[in-house]
Amino acid sequence: MAITFFMDGKEIKTEEGKTLIEVARENGINIPSVCVHEATKANALCRICVVEVEGQRVLQPACIVKAANNMKVQTRSGKVLRARRTILEMLASTIDLSDAPEIQNMMAEYGASFNRFPDAKRRESEIQDDNPMYIRDYSKCLLCWRCVQVCADDAQYTFAINFSGRGFETQVGTFFDRAIPETSCVLCGQCVAVCPTGALKPKREFLLEQGLSPQDIGVLNSGRKKRK
Amino acid sequence: MSEIQLTPLKLAIESYIPLGRSGLLPALHAAQKIYGWLPLEVAAEVANTLGVPLADVHGVIEFYSMFYNEPVGRRIIRVCTDQACALKGADQLLDHLCHCYGLRPGQTTDDLSLTIERSPCLGLCEQAPAALVDDDAETNISADFHSYDLGIPKSYVYGSIRELTVNCGNGTTTLAEYGEYAAYKKALTMSPEEVIAETDKASGLVGRGGAAFPTGVKWGGAAKIQAVQKFIVCNADESEPGTFKDRVLLLDDPHRTIEGMCIAAYAIGAGKGYIYIRGEYPYIVPVLENALDEARSAGYLGEHFDVEVRVGAGAYICGEETALFESIEGKRGFPRVKPPFPTTNGLFDNPTVINNVETLCNLPLIISKGSAEYRMLGTETSPGPKLFCVSGDVAKPGLYEVPFGVTLRELLKMAGGPPPAITPRTSRKQGARIPRLQAVLFGGAAGAFATSEHLDIKLTFEDLRAAGLPLGSGVVMVFDETRSIPDVLNRLGKFFAHESCGKCYPCQLGTQRQMEILERVAKNKVMVGDFSRLQDVGWTMTEASLCGLGQTAASAVLSAMKLWPDLFETGQR
Ligand SMILES: Cc1cc2nc3c(=O)[nH]c(=O)nc-3n(C[C@H](O)[C@H](O)[C@H](O)COP(=O)(O)O)c2cc1C
Ligand code: SF4
Ligand code: SF4
Ligand code: FES
Repeated sequence: MAITFFMDGKEIKTEEGKTLIEVARENGINIPSVCVHEATKANALCRICVVEVEGQRVLQPACIVKAANNMKVQTRSGKVLRARRTILEMLASTIDLSDAPEIQNMMAEYGASFNRFPDAKRRESEIQDDNPMYIRDYSKCLLCWRCVQVCADDAQYTFAINFSGRGFETQVGTFFDRAIPETSCVLCGQCVAVCPTGALKPKREFLLEQGLSPQDIGVLNSGRKKRK
Repeated sequence: MSEIQLTPLKLAIESYIPLGRSGLLPALHAAQKIYGWLPLEVAAEVANTLGVPLADVHGVIEFYSMFYNEPVGRRIIRVCTDQACALKGADQLLDHLCHCYGLRPGQTTDDLSLTIERSPCLGLCEQAPAALVDDDAETNISADFHSYDLGIPKSYVYGSIRELTVNCGNGTTTLAEYGEYAAYKKALTMSPEEVIAETDKASGLVGRGGAAFPTGVKWGGAAKIQAVQKFIVCNADESEPGTFKDRVLLLDDPHRTIEGMCIAAYAIGAGKGYIYIRGEYPYIVPVLENALDEARSAGYLGEHFDVEVRVGAGAYICGEETALFESIEGKRGFPRVKPPFPTTNGLFDNPTVINNVETLCNLPLIISKGSAEYRMLGTETSPGPKLFCVSGDVAKPGLYEVPFGVTLRELLKMAGGPPPAITPRTSRKQGARIPRLQAVLFGGAAGAFATSEHLDIKLTFEDLRAAGLPLGSGVVMVFDETRSIPDVLNRLGKFFAHESCGKCYPCQLGTQRQMEILERVAKNKVMVGDFSRLQDVGWTMTEASLCGLGQTAASAVLSAMKLWPDLFETGQR
């Protein structure tokens, strides 16, 4: 069914069933997002995509809320900007964003400071280099869930990884922190492909960054580094 | 470690095989009963038996704080260090225990005989300080730690009426004492539509679990959907700090809740019910199981409708309705995005009505009296009786049943609360140095602070809402002027950081940042800019979080910032 609604004052005609983020993109309006990916089911985790919808008590995540007839949406109101800026500032005080240029750009766009929260606890962990295919550096993980989802029923049905801890202490992990080769992982690499922050990285790329030459890499083998 | 005998485990979890993944929490509980904790081999056996991926089983164990994947003591003492217990010396109690055994909180003795932990609120606030010693409640612990009550906790029931609590205060009411399910029998003579109409506008019943949603609307939604299976779920997760009403209702009068569930099941056409009870209430489980058996023998439960008890494992978030469903389904307690709502896609994706224990306890009353008589109590828009959980600085902490519409002043008078704060008008005259009222934390950790200014507010949904005070789960936690508000806030901050599920960023990150700033406030080490940081974090959690936990995690803090802004500024104290 065709519907008409309003985004930032602009009248938009579209089909029922599309999310606000989809319609926005089709109409040249940029709603930022961090966690969604076309290969995975949207879970509305990051809330960077929040928008103001008239008549709603709180901000709404554009990645899952569908456009509806006569809906009035503000994608850049003061409230929206405040929420996005604060979420980005909290992220920057928690994880290493050095390998996430898209988020760095977002920080600049929303005037978010890297040092808004001094003395804040960061999520830090040692690099886990336990398989021939990829390394895991969860200091860079922003918990978008993409890797867990593609490893499970969004793609691979391997179920090698899930979560440990909860809340701020959540981390992606294996059964009793087993090394990847001791799990059901089939080294398909799908998780590496969807990771937005360099937390999962092909081993080769990692070693090149460490200054090794392609020849050196050929002879290296994997050793296990255990998480603290 | 290789000696682990898996045979007893196999026997213990055999019966959960037909449940599949939904049998995961029961199986992990059973396994922990045998081994004390959940070693890798045990977790793997559970996973293989139920057909759940290993990584997912580990994820579940990691989510719930009462499941352990490393060795713990054969005895576990969990000391509540939340607000109400803190007022009565919980920190000293914890220090004392730790000192006696040479442990720090969270540690286990070398011989694995004992673990001592801090615990979030145990729902024993009116008999503080309190601890959970394995499956027993240890309460009313004296200042010298020598005297205490141990076992099933007592009930302290007061107030001006006895409708919901008519059978409370004298131990468990058996079916013989409760009498036949007269209201249920009456409901069966009515059509389901008539029953729903009674609970809807006629009685004006509104949910008591915190969200204040009209019960009849919810029922109507689930009733009109055609489905092979529908569920009625009783939310007995009761983990909001300061709340203990459902504990009293279930322990003393389990049949009232079960009868309420039977009525609800008939109204919406549900064939199966669940009571989800928090893991910190282990002593209620046998009481419930026994009552369910009695109801089965009497024919109230059986083929047409039966009820199963599910036990949580230490996660406040599992009180959120969709997280609770996930937990019953054997998953980490992550709330789902809504819509779809439980009435269409609830437990196991089937139409589900979920109600709080106290809500369900109102049903026998409404059906047997009829909505007109029910409405004689309370006000037009908040009809009926209401339970308040009064704790903290009052002479008689306990469960208070009153009609909606009494004032906070009246309630505090019944409970023997501190006199109101000195205003210019009352100044000096009432000479005696009794500490005066400083604040009331309303609605629990997810609530807001009231002061002496608010004493004449009527306790109704509408009056409280107008005053910006959430009724929440009926918590009235009283602090006199000798108490430190920063200390209360510090504990609030820790609570939410501990209980955030971690799914959405505003709350996962915001509860941590909020806790850090509140720690500084408590230590009087506020940094320049903390006021605005705390405002931004609190506002963002409220506006942008996925579920009610994050949306209310800053509620009390923001209300304190309005009342006592100086506490959050440098050099103001
Ligand atoms: C974090 C959180 C915790 C909750 N805990 C409880 C609880 O322990 N008991 C309860 O009845 N409702 C709790 N709720 C509210 C439930 O989601 C739900 O609204 C309620 O069970 C519905 O029952 P009612 O309509 O009878 O109130 C909680 C909500 C949130 C967001
Ligand atoms: S490792 Fe990468 S893909 Fe996986 S949750 Fe973290 S950021 Fe997302
Ligand atoms: S608001 Fe908090 S508890 Fe709720 S989904 Fe988000 S992280 Fe989880
Ligand atoms: S993109 Fe919507 S919450 Fe992440």
